[in-house]
Amino acid sequence: MINTMIKRQVITLLFFMLSMLSQQLHAVITIEITEGVEGAIPMSVVSFDTSTLPIKLETDLASIVTNNLNRSGVFKVLNKAQHPEKPHYSKDVNYAGWRSVGQEYLVVGRILKKTNGQLDVQFQLLDVLKQKQLLGYSFPVRLRNIRSTGHEISDLIYEKITGIRGAFNTRIAYISAQNNSARKYVLQVADTDGYNPQTILESDEPLMSPSWSPDGQSLAYVSFENRRPQIFIQHLTTAKRSKVSGFKGINGAPSWSPDGKKLALVLSKDKSADIYIMTVATKKLVRLTRHRSIDTEPVWSNDGASVIFTSDRSGTPQLYRVRASGGQPKRITFEGRYNSAADISPDGKNMVMVYGEQGRYQIAQFEMDSGNLNLLTTNNLDESPSFSPNGRMVLYASTEKNKGVLYMVSLDGQSRHKLSDQSGDIREPVWGPYKQSRQ
Amino acid sequence: MNRLLGVALLTLFVTACAQPEDAGIENQTEQNSAANQTEIDAQNQVDSQEGGATPIADSDTEASAMENASLTAQELLEQPDTPLASRVIYFSYDSAKVTDESMALLESHGNFMAETGNVFVRLEGHADERGSREYNIALGDRRAQSVRRILLFQGASSDQIETVSYGEEQPAEIGHSEVIWDKNRRVELVYEVK
Repeated sequence: MINTMIKRQVITLLFFMLSMLSQQLHAVITIEITEGVEGAIPMSVVSFDTSTLPIKLETDLASIVTNNLNRSGVFKVLNKAQHPEKPHYSKDVNYAGWRSVGQEYLVVGRILKKTNGQLDVQFQLLDVLKQKQLLGYSFPVRLRNIRSTGHEISDLIYEKITGIRGAFNTRIAYISAQNNSARKYVLQVADTDGYNPQTILESDEPLMSPSWSPDGQSLAYVSFENRRPQIFIQHLTTAKRSKVSGFKGINGAPSWSPDGKKLALVLSKDKSADIYIMTVATKKLVRLTRHRSIDTEPVWSNDGASVIFTSDRSGTPQLYRVRASGGQPKRITFEGRYNSAADISPDGKNMVMVYGEQGRYQIAQFEMDSGNLNLLTTNNLDESPSFSPNGRMVLYASTEKNKGVLYMVSLDGQSRHKLSDQSGDIREPVWGPYKQSRQ
Repeated sequence: MNRLLGVALLTLFVTACAQPEDAGIENQTEQNSAANQTEIDAQNQVDSQEGGATPIADSDTEASAMENASLTAQELLEQPDTPLASRVIYFSYDSAKVTDESMALLESHGNFMAETGNVFVRLEGHADERGSREYNIALGDRRAQSVRRILLFQGASSDQIETVSYGEEQPAEIGHSEVIWDKNRRVELVYEVK
């Protein structure tokens, strides 16, 4: 009896805290859809039935899925006001009605009470034209994980229809700066839709250049906490951190190798900024470039065999490739006066970078084989492009009204959405890896 | 006489030193013309000296040096309206080249450091917000190194100087116009008297 009472109180308290938390999070980051996409697949996500639950859910699963799918640019999700009906089970669907509003796919679902503290989230993906189920899942979910279930559902739908693994249920890291009377820099990790921001580190001095370890467990970053740039590695769940590079001069631009054993980084201890490779376990350093110009912003190819970096050895910043084992760097960008801060797609076929021409700095996609260059963005001060783990989206930072804001753009440049933080100046987003590798 | 010759030599020295390091962003033609310009300027100064220009500046400097002899390093730094009170060096876009005007200012700082052993300076290099952030760190570092070389030439010792680059992370002013960017491409001299 007492146990039950306590439990109930705890649960009530938990709900109170959760709703406080969710309100706070809502206030922090909002999503703004900036562009629609021609040729996107029309589909609908009906609100999930929650009528059998003893509590009111703050989280709207259908809207999480809707926003994700819209953001991908692959789908055009019908506004729920235009839904001809609100079924929650496939057996209740009147397919003719959905066909008449031009829909190709339909998602229905419900959230049921499983056991104490656990929910049973069920959804079905239906093919409207063939009138059959393509997917049906039931997830046992704890309340606090319900948003991530929304992202998992989005991933399953995305993969079933496109054949490409979804990357919604991953995380992003970024730096948020407050430029009030006292400057403050915060390293944060959030869901890909900007929700659930978690503070990893706060500092009065600049924080820069976060880089995910391939297992998603740690971040490497640059901190000026000792009044000079130094590179740290921090484990996200244990918060254990260690300084891995604190040489005289620049310690910058850490980038984790695909096998997680090495860091490419930039040091100026031997005069000008050059690229070095550090073995994380031993801290042993090997110098990779040797040039009196600026060499910086290394990023690994997916096979770990080569490193692409920015160098102004030709007179302006351009991108170069060098074998990770050393050798003569080869220039790979020739179009545009300023090309820097590359990220390489997981399949190695594309690169995104900061492209500067005539005073504008935009994000460009560069096809490795053809050398073709496409501009993905339209602002003047865009930077820090980072691929989603499936290579279909690019996360980047832009500037609006003296504030950094984050955007996502599809690789074809057609779908661009803003993740905006109302409270800070956000920059240097990096998209984390898949949460776990699949069997 | 000595002083002006010093400026001329310094200019030539820095031009010679700076050129390979400062390849920077300017194309070769611009760089050559800038270098030529500097050499011509230096030549002009030597010429005007030989032509008998009145060395007012020299006597002024000597007078003020005498006057300041009794002041501590801290007091010298706190005096308003002296070259030492100016502690920000500005740069052109994507460049680490020190202008002739800044060179004269750094001469004063370098002399001060050479004459005052217990003074240390931290050179904080900065860039404007355009372009990528780590590249801007390297650019700020290059600017701080340019200033360092001049101070060393003037007789400051290397253990009196440390450099750090903040890239675009700590703008002097926030905004997105040429006027603001001009103020953010800079090296700040931060003194410490021990």
